[in-house]
Amino acid sequence: MNNLLEIKNLEIEFRGPKKRIPAVEGISLAVRKNEIVGIVGESGSGKTVTTLAITRILPSTAQVTRGEIFFEGNDLLKMPEEELRHIRGTKIVYIFQEATMYLNPLLTVGAQVAETILLHFRCSQKEAKHKAQELLRKVCLPRPEEIMLDYPHQLSGGMNQRIMIAHVLCSTPQLLIADEPTANLDLDTEEEILNLIFNLQKELGFSCIFISHNLGLIKRLCQRVYVMYRGKIVEEGALSEIFAQPIHPHTQALVNAHLRLTE
Amino acid sequence: MLNYIIRRLIGIIPLLFGITIISFAIIHLAPGEPTTQQEFMTPRISSDTRARLARLYDLDKPLHIQYWHWLKRFICLDFGRSLADGRRVIDKILERIPVTLTINILALVLILSVSIPIGVISASKSGSLFDKTSTILVFIGFALPSFWIALLLMQLFSVKLGWLPISGIKSLDFEYLSWSGKLLDLIHHLILPVFVSSIGGLAGFSRYIRQNMLEVLSQPYITAAKAKGLSRHQVLYRHAFPNALLPLVTILGLSVPGLLGGSVIFESIFALPGIGELFYRAVMMRDYNLIMAEVVLGAILTMLGNLTADIAYAYVDPRIRYGDGSR
Repeated sequence: MNNLLEIKNLEIEFRGPKKRIPAVEGISLAVRKNEIVGIVGESGSGKTVTTLAITRILPSTAQVTRGEIFFEGNDLLKMPEEELRHIRGTKIVYIFQEATMYLNPLLTVGAQVAETILLHFRCSQKEAKHKAQELLRKVCLPRPEEIMLDYPHQLSGGMNQRIMIAHVLCSTPQLLIADEPTANLDLDTEEEILNLIFNLQKELGFSCIFISHNLGLIKRLCQRVYVMYRGKIVEEGALSEIFAQPIHPHTQALVNAHLRLTE
Repeated sequence: MLNYIIRRLIGIIPLLFGITIISFAIIHLAPGEPTTQQEFMTPRISSDTRARLARLYDLDKPLHIQYWHWLKRFICLDFGRSLADGRRVIDKILERIPVTLTINILALVLILSVSIPIGVISASKSGSLFDKTSTILVFIGFALPSFWIALLLMQLFSVKLGWLPISGIKSLDFEYLSWSGKLLDLIHHLILPVFVSSIGGLAGFSRYIRQNMLEVLSQPYITAAKAKGLSRHQVLYRHAFPNALLPLVTILGLSVPGLLGGSVIFESIFALPGIGELFYRAVMMRDYNLIMAEVVLGAILTMLGNLTADIAYAYVDPRIRYGDGSR
């Protein structure tokens, strides 16, 4: 079995006080080892909820109603919370869009990276701090000793995204879920962050789910792509196929939009 | 920071000036004067005596001159003497402070130590039986008028069961008790007033904390904290709780004047010799000097409370401490 992650018939719904709204309706997808898979789709199509469901960190209003999620052969949806907790942040890691919002405003970024290290490894506070500093250097942040002591609001969006990536490197991840990691960044920063992720992926050999609404980015990074539309996967395949012969109208629209932009 | 504090303190002065002018005008506009009662008691008072009385209290001069005289004394921190009994106003206020302060501080401690856990637990288990029950209780506590609860509790614990004293701050034989007996006696007298004056705040605060906590729990950084592999407990208490407590700083700052303000209703119901009761009587007697002193006290405390809250906020929230400048 060379699928690292396999999602089968996943259904997720949002529960309001009165009605239930389906967010994801029976999707199946697979990620092989060492592969970058893209998920493309408009906002609200269920990309993010799907990825949050993988490690069961959905907001309390959303709930998985059916399906299985196999990771290294185990169903994560049936796994005891305690066991799953050790997969979160070590084997399966996330980076999100708008990193600044995803960092605790009251803690220094150094403390937040060190917290993750302490969580998964036995070491002293001092060693954790030291390692955090090394990681900041690894994600190409200048003057890591100083940045360690900064709060998220003092850093730019790009720098905070590097901090998030430093979190990811606290362990040796098997699967990186990158949820529009470059949304709201300027083009230069976007390029740097993408290169950083891409180089780390080559170096460490993890698999990656890369979510974007930008088909151009997906085309550059990924081998395969899933197209999501209104909670369903409407098309999947190698990028070359999708570009050569888009079948679903939504995919056609995405491809056309991309071609028009690049012309 | 020091610069900021000094600027704020200087800013208090014109505000205080405005507040005293307005309160001085209002209290003099109200019908009746300090002399009214004395004149009323002796109907056959001569107009000569009346004029002498007015001169004694400085009432024969125009209002702005009266204010000027008051201001001159106030700048030297002299609040004058009570028009009712001739004692120094500052003494009358100082002797009332311990009772009011004790009750309000105890009530605040009770409120915080009960409402924070209730708020946090109901938010973290929102929709649970605990959350629903506490919500209902909170609304009941909020809706019931506290003077009514006070009367009911007095009826139950003091009249029917006889467990607690009905009113006052000490028993008749207080002076003869040993120091531990005195303490016990005071505690006995304080239980009902402290409990009753906490009810409203208890309901409000626990609701407020629950709301803050729910809001923080839906923030992206909580999702990220979960994704790191932190346990539920760590997410709740290390990441969510401190963020939810931040707005509380402002509320606490605003409650500073209330600590000394006292409550007219409680202090009257429980016959407690506190500031609220003193103020009430001062207003009834048109005891201008005493009223003005209490108004100034309240105003200064309010402004200092605000200032303290702002400073404390900067201390606990790095976004304010370091400004918004990104590198």
